[in-house]
Amino acid sequence: MNNLAVEVKNFSKRYGSITAVDRISFNVYRGEIFGLLGPNGAGKTTTLECLEGLRRADGGTLKVMGVDPAREQRRLLALIGVQLQTGSLPGYIRVGEAMRLFSAYHGVEPDYALLKRLGLEEQLNVQYHALSTGQKRRLALALAMVHRPAVLFLDEPTAGLDVSTRIALHELMAELRAEGTTILLSTHDLAEAESLSDRVAILLAGKLVAVGTPRELTSAGEGLTKVSVCTSGNSLAGLSLPGVVHKAEQDQYDVFFTASPGPTVAELISRIDSAGDELIDLRVERPSLEERFMELTGKQVMKRDENNGQAWKVRNDQLML
Amino acid sequence: MKAFSLHFSFEFCAALRNRTLLLMNYLLPLGFFGLVGGMMVAINPYFGDQMIPAMVTFAVLSGAILGLPAPLVDAREAGILRSFKTNGVPALSLLAIPALSTILHMLVVAAIITIAAPLLFSSPLPENWLSYVVILVLFLLTCCSQGLLIGVVSGSSRSTVLWSQLIYLPSMMLSGMMVPADLLPEAFVKISHLLPATYAMQSFLGLAYGRESLYNPLMGALVLLAGTVLAFALAGYLFNWDSSNNNRRGHPALAFLAQLPYLLGTLFLV
Repeated sequence: MNNLAVEVKNFSKRYGSITAVDRISFNVYRGEIFGLLGPNGAGKTTTLECLEGLRRADGGTLKVMGVDPAREQRRLLALIGVQLQTGSLPGYIRVGEAMRLFSAYHGVEPDYALLKRLGLEEQLNVQYHALSTGQKRRLALALAMVHRPAVLFLDEPTAGLDVSTRIALHELMAELRAEGTTILLSTHDLAEAESLSDRVAILLAGKLVAVGTPRELTSAGEGLTKVSVCTSGNSLAGLSLPGVVHKAEQDQYDVFFTASPGPTVAELISRIDSAGDELIDLRVERPSLEERFMELTGKQVMKRDENNGQAWKVRNDQLML
Repeated sequence: MKAFSLHFSFEFCAALRNRTLLLMNYLLPLGFFGLVGGMMVAINPYFGDQMIPAMVTFAVLSGAILGLPAPLVDAREAGILRSFKTNGVPALSLLAIPALSTILHMLVVAAIITIAAPLLFSSPLPENWLSYVVILVLFLLTCCSQGLLIGVVSGSSRSTVLWSQLIYLPSMMLSGMMVPADLLPEAFVKISHLLPATYAMQSFLGLAYGRESLYNPLMGALVLLAGTVLAFALAGYLFNWDSSNNNRRGHPALAFLAQLPYLLGTLFLV
């Protein structure tokens, strides 16, 4: 038995003349949370839907726990749980009925504790159309988990949720990972992807532009680490260090951008010491996944713009998630 | 089996919770029966003689042709079918369960009409109850198969209404429900046999009421049976989980094949 939960090899998908996904390859290991990132139209949902058996791939190989999603639907459905981005339920079904119905189709007993854990225990007799957006998403997640799937596909699971529900959902995902569930997560929320995912893949215009842990991706970028220092005597004003960009004072902090944060911090402390100044606060912020994402996607868009000389007249700062 | 029965019980209850379905299944046919039925008897005394088959035919058309397709189309458009698919609900359940639920609701309505019509309007009861029930069930299956087929091939809610009305309105006028078939001009009699309701009316009158019909009513029932089998098969074949999926099986125009038995009936029976 190999350690792969999901295998994607040279996977392609076309819609008419449009290539939605273009020969991408990546693996998801058992028990990890894997984030799939990309702007709208990047091919995230298409990739997930082909893995879920909702669409057929036009090229390449897809495997989920060793099962081909296009050929072995029945086996696949026993192994996966799916929360769709555009999924829904009949408006007149009650929460409890949905739980009983989907449990019965999976051949398991209804898990009302799951509803309680997701804060839906008081909605058991509420009809679906009367639920809030957050409650609908939580119900979809509960239904995706009733049969304790080995792999959970979550497409924008926290979109439209309030902060407390979002945190509860993050905790739940972390618990599921600890229990050995593999989670493939598509999200627009880069902070969420960075904090939850063991590894992430960035898709852009159907192509895979990066795969790795959030730390690997951010450290591979051109982003500089931000070092903010506050001293009582303001001894760092006007300081110039080789390879370090010193920005003017912001809110009583001197802000430095550096590619080598360790030596820079050591040098700054030494300068403060030798000036007889007192260090009040020092903060080091590494480049975020968001910055790396913007860097990667911005480059791709500009490259495409140069190649085509048409259509994609999108500036980096307009590429919104 | 447990999943199927749970799904059926939900679907049956949902038809009572959903105001649109409640209207199509109960309020429209029973309201029409109460108001127009009484009015028609006053205008045309002969109408009372065929009130039960006419009103039951109307009810079945209302529930199955107007009521059945729209929820299927809405479910596909809203992504409900996709959610069902990823949770292991088979396509067969999504077609069979709404049809069975509609049949059960329509049997209740048919029973109310059959019991109330003699009491309210002195309408005669069927002479042959077995034939009456068999034709009723057959026509229910026919209309459900047509309703499902409309739901399966319609691209949007708007086109669903158009396709449903294309069967429903001519059936009201030409099938012999309101005006006896032998009073219609010959060309209209021919056209009316493109509609399942015409065969149902002829079969009800010929087999359940022992009256003269335009042709052997058993042949009419056979046409209905052939149309039903074909429409169910086509609905199953053309069923699509997802309106935006470009990998659909078969062209929607194949649905017209379900009308073949009625076309043959028009050419060779009348």
